[in-house]
Amino acid sequence: MRTWPAPLRALRQTTGGLAGGWLLLVAAAAILAPHLTPYAYDVQDLPQAYQPVSAAHWLGTDEFGRDLLTRLIYGARTSLTVSATAIAVSVLCGMVLGAAAAWFGGWPDRAVTVAVDLTWSFPEILIALILVAIIGPGTTGVMVAIAVAYLAQFTRLTRAQIMTLKGETFVEAARSLGAGTGHILFRHLLPNALAPVLVSAMLATGDAIILEATLGFFGLGAQPPVPSWGGMMSAGSALVFKAPWAIIFPGLAVAITVIAINLYGDALIAELDIRQKLRRTA
Amino acid sequence: MIAYLIRRILMLVPVFLAVSVVIFSILHFIPGDPIDNLLKIGSSPEARAEMEVRYGLDRPLPVQYGIWLSNVLRGDLGTAIVARRPVADLIAQALPHSLWLGGLALLFSTVAGVGLGVVAALNRDRWPDRAIMGGVLLGSTMPSFWLGLILMLVFSVWLGWLPVSGARSWTALVLPVLTIGLGGTALVARITRVSMIEASGRDFVTLLHAKGLSPLRIQLRHVLRHALIPVVTILALRIGWILGGAVTVEVVFARPGLGTLLIKSLSQHDYPVVQACLLMLAMAVMLGTLLGDILQAVMDPRVRAALA
Repeated sequence: MRTWPAPLRALRQTTGGLAGGWLLLVAAAAILAPHLTPYAYDVQDLPQAYQPVSAAHWLGTDEFGRDLLTRLIYGARTSLTVSATAIAVSVLCGMVLGAAAAWFGGWPDRAVTVAVDLTWSFPEILIALILVAIIGPGTTGVMVAIAVAYLAQFTRLTRAQIMTLKGETFVEAARSLGAGTGHILFRHLLPNALAPVLVSAMLATGDAIILEATLGFFGLGAQPPVPSWGGMMSAGSALVFKAPWAIIFPGLAVAITVIAINLYGDALIAELDIRQKLRRTA
Repeated sequence: MIAYLIRRILMLVPVFLAVSVVIFSILHFIPGDPIDNLLKIGSSPEARAEMEVRYGLDRPLPVQYGIWLSNVLRGDLGTAIVARRPVADLIAQALPHSLWLGGLALLFSTVAGVGLGVVAALNRDRWPDRAIMGGVLLGSTMPSFWLGLILMLVFSVWLGWLPVSGARSWTALVLPVLTIGLGGTALVARITRVSMIEASGRDFVTLLHAKGLSPLRIQLRHVLRHALIPVVTILALRIGWILGGAVTVEVVFARPGLGTLLIKSLSQHDYPVVQACLLMLAMAVMLGTLLGDILQAVMDPRVRAALA
């Protein structure tokens, strides 16, 4: 058992297992969406409008008679893809910037630090709102906005990791054996910095789902009829009186998924034993 | 201390300039032209050019920035393109709503958060701690606008106790303050708990126990005072986040504050108003950071000594 990778070991804990199970379920539903639901997400069925929870419509229907469970599952596709892609881009760029800053020092380091400190002090939602305004509403705009909003976090974390690793004996040993900059950076420093960065990326994906939902709620995300969790809540907020289930379920989906990410992330941090590394730069 | 204050305030100047450049330039890349909203369809190019001259949109960007900044510093935020009124008026109208909302939410988070944090720390690893920390996790992972809508559904639609939206009476403030405040409460409770537990392990606490003081008195009189320093600092640093949360919550409850104004102006491509709103929010963030540093210096004798 000891040789299992940490992400699987985290699943063996009670909360980690429950949380990981929910995430796998959501991911599977998102991938298999067309095979799971008997309804289409964009076909209107007006006689069926405002149906409450029933055997035919497990989560009820909206003002166009569209099945909400179907839209929720397709919405998971949009919301999870957008959030995960944005964070992946953000992590890649952040690692490059952070590693470059830490390795080269001097003015590149100062420039990166100033830029990071500047964006760090502003709420992500503000940065994202400005960027979506520039790029325009839609999934691309939201992805770029989220990626930029979290860039400072990953740059800062990578920089701090590389800074501490730079002085370690094994780096000195590699250098005295004649290893070049690229070899040390990509074979020794970045792999050692990877675990904390990836775990914080996972936790940030939870925040990104909320941010994506918020932008969607303002009508800036995926455009109708394509469902996203935020867009569904935006539409649902107009139905508070007639069909409260249209606002309750998408929010529950977001909340449960984000909680699951946090709990699984905690289990992973415990398995990897990197709490100290993360706290130093939090 | 005074020298530190002056130095700390002077450090804000480059930050303010950088932020103002970003806010100014960024909005000039926005697709969608405000002039289009003003002209009748089929207007002549001459009419368009005249309009551009009137709003100064024909000058080179650095010149536009210089004019804009000097106007802003003199309190002239320009004229709203859609509303055709001075932006300063719109901001002056919206700001009190946001300040009340943010201020009350901050107060609520502090009182409720410190209280819950203390209870959790005193009952560490027993059920009150587990229950509170579970609630904290729930509170910090719910999208604030969704929480707002659910509160609205329960208290306004089903129970009919409070108005659904608007700003006509003080009761309309209850739900928005709760919505923002609950997120903040989660944060404050978590920090209070951790820093109380951390402070309990210090040598001075062992000494107080050795002197025979009652454990509860030690916790509330000595440990809590020690533990509050990071709470206050982090709260001040979070003022921007509280205002950021206010943006979404204001939209949910249709309150005529800065957030609602920002979102509305964004969709109308009304540059001057968007710039002014963002500038206000950015300045609130900067002042929060300043306040956090000053409070830390005032509250922590060690920091004060290091600065003297």
